[in-house]
Amino acid sequence: MADAKKKEPMLAIDGIDVFYGAIHALKGVSLTVNEGEIVTLIGANGAGKSTTLRTISGLLAPKKGSVRFLGKDIAGMKAHKVVAEGISQVPEGRRIFAEMTVMENLDLGAFIRKDRDGIEKDRKMVFERFPRLLERKDQLAGTLSGGEQQMLAMGRALMSRPKLLLLDEPSMGLAPLLIREIFEIIQDINRAGTTVLLVEQNANMALSIANRAYVLETGRITLSGSAKELAASDEVRKAYLGG
Amino acid sequence: MELLQQVVQQLINGISLGSIYALIALGYTMIYGIIKLINFAHGDIYMVGAYIGFFAITQGGFSVVPALLISLVTTGLLGMLVERIAYRPLRKAPRISVLITAIGVSFFIEYTSMYFVSPTPRTFPQMFGDVAVSIGGIVINGQQMLILGITAVLMVLLTYIVQKTKTGKAMRAASFDTETAELMGINSDRIISITFGIGSALAAVAGVLVGIYYNSIDPLMGIMPGLKAFVAAVLGGIGILPGAVVGGLILGVVEALVSGFVSSTFRDAAAFAILILVLLVRPAGLFGKNTKEKV
Ligand SMILES: Nc1ncnc2c1ncn2[C@@H]1O[C@H](COP(=O)(O)OP(=O)(O)OP(=O)(O)O)[C@@H](O)[C@H]1O
Ligand SMILES: [Mg+2]
Repeated sequence: MADAKKKEPMLAIDGIDVFYGAIHALKGVSLTVNEGEIVTLIGANGAGKSTTLRTISGLLAPKKGSVRFLGKDIAGMKAHKVVAEGISQVPEGRRIFAEMTVMENLDLGAFIRKDRDGIEKDRKMVFERFPRLLERKDQLAGTLSGGEQQMLAMGRALMSRPKLLLLDEPSMGLAPLLIREIFEIIQDINRAGTTVLLVEQNANMALSIANRAYVLETGRITLSGSAKELAASDEVRKAYLGG
Repeated sequence: MELLQQVVQQLINGISLGSIYALIALGYTMIYGIIKLINFAHGDIYMVGAYIGFFAITQGGFSVVPALLISLVTTGLLGMLVERIAYRPLRKAPRISVLITAIGVSFFIEYTSMYFVSPTPRTFPQMFGDVAVSIGGIVINGQQMLILGITAVLMVLLTYIVQKTKTGKAMRAASFDTETAELMGINSDRIISITFGIGSALAAVAGVLVGIYYNSIDPLMGIMPGLKAFVAAVLGGIGILPGAVVGGLILGVVEALVSGFVSSTFRDAAAFAILILVLLVRPAGLFGKNTKEKV
């Protein structure tokens, strides 16, 4: 019995249906993320990747199905409460608070915390991970470059000390060299103990760092397996890896 | 020399009146900033504030500062209640529905007040009438000193709250991007409620100060200042706090100059003429950024 408990995934989504008005965006999506993993969710534009992440983080409520995190059903829970459960989302397009400073953005990431010392420590950790943010800590976030804004969005998400980090297309709009850097940082974050669910259009890069992967097509999961398997499969290579 | 003296005198009158507009405009702009609603009932909240201050002074026997505090707290709570009952259920509704609701709330407050306090104007007790400072023929009376002093204190306090406190940071974050603020763990409903509370409290203070300044209050007194404060907020760039203050002061000064040197009947027309002019030249207002958020 103890064994069974240990094997329960950190996050278990089961058969969720999500709508935008009349648009049926997710149709019975199920997926799991185990503690310590990097799991990636890949798929074409409009497949429903962001919708899946937004449902986990509480910005959307599923009409059907369940979202269990650490044994608790969080489907339909308000987004500001989900953060306190230990899930942090880096939204698509970064969504940093452009009119506030880098420092204020990081402080907002720690909004739910009261442990001043711990926050201070994590701020240092973020600055070590992203030294460029330290140089620009009093600068307005809107003046940062695209790559720096991505770093800030990630640093901000880390400030709540999440157990599960949701990343929505962190490579979007970045130069190849920077994408590599960002992906190395994602691996670092994961090695330091944070579980990661990564949404990407850059399937190549995502599969290269993930343990497992899911393929989403027009609101349904069509393939899943270990990242290696999927990277080698003809279907995935044709559709997402350009050959 | 005579003319210069008159101009300075009108400037002082204008800044006093403008401070009142600024206090009301701040509420407009804060509420607009966070839920993109032109709260048409804001002028009526200001009226309620004036009445609470009036009753605190005349019935309660309180002096000005406690009366201001009573009005500020009570009216702040009323603003939060209005938001909770009338606007929160419409959070996901089209903006036009919320706007129409705000107009409904405005009429509701006006006519409920008439029922309870009667439509006849009330006369505020004379206060600070005999205090006055005169420098080189320019007179600042006690009421003006009160208005300027209280407005200054409130501006400093508001700036501190918005810039330095955790709640203030949450207010700024939610105004900028409510959804992402939620992802930070900020309860946006709570922040919206606090914003209504602060905005209504500022309007209440303006209401009491106007009662003291002009001596007369009535249940429809909020309509015109409400519109003018809206003009002030748009003038400065709606959603921008310093814009509301500057817009209010400009409006007050222009009105004082027009009524002092042209004619007081032309005063209101001048206010709206400025609005049209500024919007022609700078559609986003004086402090507004004309480029709307980058992609
Ligand atoms: N706010 C919305 N209102 C209506 N439909 C929406 C909304 N957001 C997304 N959709 C629709 O839901 C479907 C899934 O969208 P989603 O954003 O989840 O896709 P995605 O996989 O993240 O795509 P991309 O790679 O372009 O980010 C799409 O058909 C999209 O048009
Ligand atoms: Mg997306």
